[in-house]
Amino acid sequence: MTTTELWCDRCGEPATDGAHPGCASARQLEPPRYCHRCRRRMKVQVLPVGWSAVCVEHGEIEG
Amino acid sequence: MPEILDQARTQVLGDGVGLDQAGVLAVLNLPDEHLPAALQLAHDVRMRWCGPEVEVEGIVSLKTGGCPEDCHFCSQSGLFTSPVRSVWLDIPSLVEAAKQTAKTGATEFCIVAAVRGPDARLMKQMREGVAAIKAEVDIQVAASLGMLSQEQVDDLVDMGVHRYNHNLETCRSYFPNVVTTHSWEERWETLRMVRDSGMEVCCGGILGLGETVEQRAEFAAQLAELNPHEVPLNFLNPRPGTPLGDRPVVEGKDALRAIAAFRLAMPRTILRYAGGREITLGDLGTRDGLLGGINAVIVGNYLTTLGRPATADLDLLDELKMPVKALSATL
Repeated sequence: MTTTELWCDRCGEPATDGAHPGCASARQLEPPRYCHRCRRRMKVQVLPVGWSAVCVEHGEIEG
Repeated sequence: MPEILDQARTQVLGDGVGLDQAGVLAVLNLPDEHLPAALQLAHDVRMRWCGPEVEVEGIVSLKTGGCPEDCHFCSQSGLFTSPVRSVWLDIPSLVEAAKQTAKTGATEFCIVAAVRGPDARLMKQMREGVAAIKAEVDIQVAASLGMLSQEQVDDLVDMGVHRYNHNLETCRSYFPNVVTTHSWEERWETLRMVRDSGMEVCCGGILGLGETVEQRAEFAAQLAELNPHEVPLNFLNPRPGTPLGDRPVVEGKDALRAIAAFRLAMPRTILRYAGGREITLGDLGTRDGLLGGINAVIVGNYLTTLGRPATADLDLLDELKMPVKALSATL
């Protein structure tokens, strides 16, 4: 999680009020679910290799 | 040596006859000091009745989320406050996923949809998707689309789907605690139709749903009665927003006991590592399971969560001198 992120991309709670160690650990085996910029739930497609996540406002990210 | 392992050595390793429910329960109740012996025996059984090959599979979600069913472990149910949103995979992306899977050396590619059962739109997507994969990728196609009608079973056979996955998830006595929107018997009926159609039957479940050890043994016995070609063994990965989201993960030694016990119940089946092994067993436990009765793996990512890199599993198989099953071979 970087300092520019407003929302935790796993739980959707504010990222500005402290670290989310549980979420950070879980995210090693999970794709993001919330847009870290606007908190919208994203459309996430997990593939055998990689994933993509789309926020209607902020576009697509891949991992 | 505990009596149950002596019995299993003669009955399962020697004669290829699986343990019954009482025998499975005895294995599940073995104290920790006898776990290595149980795993070694399960490995010997696997090597004798299945051989050293490991079947490698990749899976992909064709239709994610928005499911009307209430399987309490599943983040794709539309009835829970899970963050998983509904999304469909287009056919070019499906074919690309099959290509990625084939590149790992996998011989199986399973197309999965989060539905009660397929509707006309999903069956059309399947028909087009399976045809597109078969035209471009050298891999066997399996499917997991929920409960089927006889007509849908026949359609899948016609498409060339060679194996159908439909998990019973848990034993009959515990199922109503996990799913209330359909019954264990409805799932069994789909499995019966699949088996009668000539498609291979893939049926397993999830351990750690809150079932007792006795119910775990019941489940193994019910799977043995079904006699599926493949049994995928999942361990609960508690998902946020689901009714089982706060359950603890299965303890590693209990997971390994279950692997040995299920192998001793079903000496000839393809026993596959599926979801949850990363958090339940970690790297060391993954190795122990492969040396304790497992002879198949899902590589890469799962449906809504991520797995180890495929190379990590393939490197481990190479180190263990377990050859990946070739496309034309049959276990």
